[in-house]
Amino acid sequence: MSRLFGFEWIAALRFMREGMTQTLLIVVGVTLGVAVITFMSALLTGLQQNLFRRTLEYQAQIVVLPPEDVSRPLRGDASSQATPIVQPRTQKLRSVDQWQRVRDEIAGMRGVTAIAPVVSGPGLVLRGEANKAVSITGMEPDSYLRVVNLRAKIVLGTAELTGSDIVIGTELAKDLGATIGDKLRVTTASGAAQVLQVVGLFDFGNKGVNERNVYVALRVAQSLLDLAGGVSSLEVNVSDPFAAEDAAQAIAARTSLDADSWIRTNQQFFSAIAAQSLSNTVIRFFVALTAALGIASVLVVSVVQKSREIGILRAMGTSRGQVLRLFLIEGALMGLVGSLCGSVLGFVFLNFWRGLARNADGTPMFIVDFEPKLFVYAAVGATLVGTLAAVVPARRAARLDPAIAIRG
Amino acid sequence: MNESPVLRLDGVHKSYALGTPAELEVLHGIDLTLDRGEFTALIGPSGSGKSTLLNVMGLLDRPTTGEVWIAGAASARLDEAQRTQLRGRTIGFVFQYHYLLPEFTALENVMMPMMAAHGRPDRAMRETAGGLLAEVGLADRAHHKANDLSGGQQQRVAIARALAMSPALVLADEPSGNLDTQSADAVFDLLRKVNEVQKTTFLIVTHDPRLARRCDRIIELVDGRIVNDRPNVREMHQADALDQTPSGYASGNPEGSRAANGVTAFVPSNRTHSSNCAGSTARK
Repeated sequence: MSRLFGFEWIAALRFMREGMTQTLLIVVGVTLGVAVITFMSALLTGLQQNLFRRTLEYQAQIVVLPPEDVSRPLRGDASSQATPIVQPRTQKLRSVDQWQRVRDEIAGMRGVTAIAPVVSGPGLVLRGEANKAVSITGMEPDSYLRVVNLRAKIVLGTAELTGSDIVIGTELAKDLGATIGDKLRVTTASGAAQVLQVVGLFDFGNKGVNERNVYVALRVAQSLLDLAGGVSSLEVNVSDPFAAEDAAQAIAARTSLDADSWIRTNQQFFSAIAAQSLSNTVIRFFVALTAALGIASVLVVSVVQKSREIGILRAMGTSRGQVLRLFLIEGALMGLVGSLCGSVLGFVFLNFWRGLARNADGTPMFIVDFEPKLFVYAAVGATLVGTLAAVVPARRAARLDPAIAIRG
Repeated sequence: MNESPVLRLDGVHKSYALGTPAELEVLHGIDLTLDRGEFTALIGPSGSGKSTLLNVMGLLDRPTTGEVWIAGAASARLDEAQRTQLRGRTIGFVFQYHYLLPEFTALENVMMPMMAAHGRPDRAMRETAGGLLAEVGLADRAHHKANDLSGGQQQRVAIARALAMSPALVLADEPSGNLDTQSADAVFDLLRKVNEVQKTTFLIVTHDPRLARRCDRIIELVDGRIVNDRPNVREMHQADALDQTPSGYASGNPEGSRAANGVTAFVPSNRTHSSNCAGSTARK
């Protein structure tokens, strides 16, 4: 304890208090830097998560599909030549082979948080004189609702469908003039047809999705799409959405099925997010560098100003290590205090911004996430940066020759 | 009993800018021994190497050649950390411009060497420092910032600080150089009293022949050589010049320090600040 909060701390605090103007100036500098970092990070994180949620909320991160059918031209003996033109095969809806076993295997992989069997295919919904082409998704609510949070998007009724229930989007409901309790006739190209009762309406905030997606029970979809006992795909979520592509490749390698991640299917969107993250990192780096240089310059000046005092301290038996630690502590404290003030300022600014930037309908334009983690990182980061910035001046102070320092 | 001298210099040379055309030898082979309880003046014209010699003696600077023995320990082979520790525990410094740390109070300045050696301040340190301040007559100024004290008061705080670790040797570089005559006398008398009561060895650099005559021994340095080293028959000093010093110290017997010299075993530097505290009647 006496080693931890001993002489160096007392002297560091006193030096900082005595050079209050310098200390305050640099703390204000660090404060602004940290405020900018926290503000920007929170804003960008909020923005990204918002976009991200909107992209991922109606689709799984990884879709595991049976491999596509390919044409394999037969070759005869060595004299015969390969056919120059190979006609691509038509892709008929096929089931994932032994999907229960594959599902269990994928569920056991690291990072996989949820997996759901799905039967999906095209269909037609008819009610009275209206008919609409839809994309049928057959699923088991128990597993599927953990992959896609349909429950949160239900505006009327329920997502827990069974037997002969169907959940449709608000747009489709409007087009068909249907609501909860109404019966719809669903047919597919194979000629199968079923009458299903609407039990829920959802709104994903995306017109295309609201118009086209319908959800039915897995068994219903199996019979409609002529895939008895089979599933057309397995939908998987992993703990880190940005690692979905790696996970998809691992799954593909393990199961020899096709696995498409949302990163691949939304390439452009993903690269935009990645570019944003990169520019955020660059800005953070330069703000941290500026703060570090500020702290370093203040401490260099302080070492020069206090060189005589440092000499006296050394003459009185203060070791080089103690002098070194004294200045490292000063740097660390400047960083820490600056980051705490900066976090508060960033927080205030974020709240202000949130109130200021609003959409026409009054809802906040930016959904800002207050992550306590961000502030902890800022505090730890700034303390580290402060300590590192103090290394050069502290070494200089420690190396001062007491005889020369005292002579001035 | 064979007592090691507090300080011994063997053929000490000191050069600056070694190996360059501007090379300058400041000290040309100094041999010097200071025994326990000696009260010595070091005099000489400006530029004669007094401060350099003091720095070498105080382990603030290394000699170019030669050996410095502090309390029987050869310092040349010690590394920087060991030198710092030996210096902190054995040697006290009083500088001309008192050099207190302005960020700290008088009491904290006196505690500084103890904090450097032991870390966190504790009650024993505070008591020791308070006792030392009382001895130099500044008990009521203990919590003033160093800069709020007068020059004479600051120098007395610096003396209390130099004594904080109960050093065997105190090196004083013109301790009264920038004080008026009255304050200078008071400071000088204070050093004398400490010397007589605690048998601390003092080496005082001074320009003032009046003060030098009040020391037991006068060493004269000219151009980096000792040209004169003689015992001095002291003038009786006036006890009434010490009006601010409490009566804890008896008016000194001029021969007291001499008589003890060589008889009492040298008390090594590991005396703690608390034992120092108990040894002084003034602090009780």
